[in-house]
Amino acid sequence: MSMALTAPLTRLPRFRRGLVSRVASATFGIVLLIWTLLPVYNMLLVALDEDGDEFTGAIWPGNANLDGFAALWNEDSFLLEHFWYRFGNSIKMGLATMVLTVLIGSLASFVLGRMRLRGSRVIGDLALVTYVLPTAFLAIPFVHIMHKYGLIDSLWSVIASQVAFATPYAILILHQYGKLIPLELDESAKVDGATPWQVYRRIYVPLMAPALVAVGVYALLLAWNEYLYQYLLVLSMDSATVAVVINQFFNSDEAPWNYMMAIAIVYSLPPIAIYFALRRFMIAGLAIGGVKG
Amino acid sequence: MSSTKHALGFGRSLPLDEWRRPSWRIHQQGSDTVWALAFLVPYVGVFVAFVAYPVVFGLWMGHDPTLYGLLMSDPRFADTAINTLVFVAIGVNVTMFGALLLSGFFMRRTWWRRLLLAVFLIPWALPGFVVFTSIHFMLVTQWGLLDSLIRAVTGEDGPLFLVSTPIAMASNIVAYIWKWLPFWTLIFVAGRMAIPQDIYEAADIDGATGHKRLIYVTFPLLASVYLICTLLDTVWTLGDFPTVYFVSSGAPARTTEVLATYGVREAFDFARPYLGVAAMMSALPILIPVVLLLMRRVRAAGVQL
Repeated sequence: MSMALTAPLTRLPRFRRGLVSRVASATFGIVLLIWTLLPVYNMLLVALDEDGDEFTGAIWPGNANLDGFAALWNEDSFLLEHFWYRFGNSIKMGLATMVLTVLIGSLASFVLGRMRLRGSRVIGDLALVTYVLPTAFLAIPFVHIMHKYGLIDSLWSVIASQVAFATPYAILILHQYGKLIPLELDESAKVDGATPWQVYRRIYVPLMAPALVAVGVYALLLAWNEYLYQYLLVLSMDSATVAVVINQFFNSDEAPWNYMMAIAIVYSLPPIAIYFALRRFMIAGLAIGGVKG
Repeated sequence: MSSTKHALGFGRSLPLDEWRRPSWRIHQQGSDTVWALAFLVPYVGVFVAFVAYPVVFGLWMGHDPTLYGLLMSDPRFADTAINTLVFVAIGVNVTMFGALLLSGFFMRRTWWRRLLLAVFLIPWALPGFVVFTSIHFMLVTQWGLLDSLIRAVTGEDGPLFLVSTPIAMASNIVAYIWKWLPFWTLIFVAGRMAIPQDIYEAADIDGATGHKRLIYVTFPLLASVYLICTLLDTVWTLGDFPTVYFVSSGAPARTTEVLATYGVREAFDFARPYLGVAAMMSALPILIPVVLLLMRRVRAAGVQL
């Protein structure tokens, strides 16, 4: 009582204003949270429903059951045949894209940043133009060319497309990061008689490790999250990936949507795990550049 | 590195003269040139075989003028072109402006905002075709989650989202914003963090606080980044495929297609690949100037993409 009386009157509105803005920002935060998680929640909702029960207007999973996941685990539907083999194909595709992008990108950025080669800046320009290009616009001629190369229907055609689209970003980021490593290191190694390959292998790659991780994760997620090229380039079930399995659900008349959303959740787990484990690396890479989805 | 460049270049900037100037001062021996060429072979090989050749082949596929006459005679193509313009104009600008504002919200590093940022970024990490399928299921029939929620809150039936062309198109745009808002917010957070604190302190002494600080200090310093991001997103959104393909899937009756989905459908569902390429190439009159402008801005600002 006496506190309130002795407190300067001018402080009261200010305190209230602080409260109002706090409540407003908390409300905004909750709205943002709902906005972000609603489609993710819908995935769970449909996946946990019984087949045929998906669209009954419920906003909570009433008869929640794990039938969808169990069927997926046992490959218990004609649409789920060899699912885990195809999941393995997706992993192969992602890892191959990652390794090749890091290797090809780091070699090129090594030349760009650390070797005196006439006209090598053209490479940087080409990389920038390729990075900016919308990849869907290249899809039709790409498929025709894969027919010519005899790579159509092979996982390698998908890998080739993803490496081609991921490497430019890798080069730009690695070139940027490489500037932090003093050239004197290379020069002293050269004086000691090291070949460029030894400089690359012993100095460049170890010191570039954080950037190589960022670029590798980027390439892996790019390939994992991409749909169009897998859908167009993979025709037979031998080299099918999860994206192709999803596509089959749309072509089927009586698709069990709970199975499909179970696949969606299982397929989303690796990128989510990678995101939470390697957030620092990814955001550091992002702070220098953009990521194409 | 000057502080302004720091602010413009998200932390590390790339002055272009540095890019041009070979950095290794030691004279190159002949064998080193061979090494350098050998190191470049894999990238140049990939570029020629999987980028340059498809580009040239695509240009050749779409070079026949009669294809464009055919396109013009398809009323769906006119719809598609208009849809694409609307999709890009609204999608890109709302995303960018929203991201700019949200980045301010996330700049206050209280614990719950950090946590919220981590969750808010989830759409960016998720595979597009998976989440867009989920959004499609939210909208489809009157029993999708969104209609069920509307019914639970208001007691009345919501719209049938994928039956009306404008609502279906709006759904595509909202889904696009949902997926890409987090990514660009993060970019602008990085851009804001690169603005040195002493600039704000100086502005504070000059009396620029609150919204004045935002308008006279933060926005001008972010202007270059904002323009480049907008141009970049314009190019990418022009060629966006998964959003429309999964969310509205062209429904109702192929009235909500955009260029990428129209082209792919023409090429592979209706076996008219040349027409599909021509549809996508009709974006070139917008694409080429934007890309040129973008490259110039990147050079001028020294911003590394």
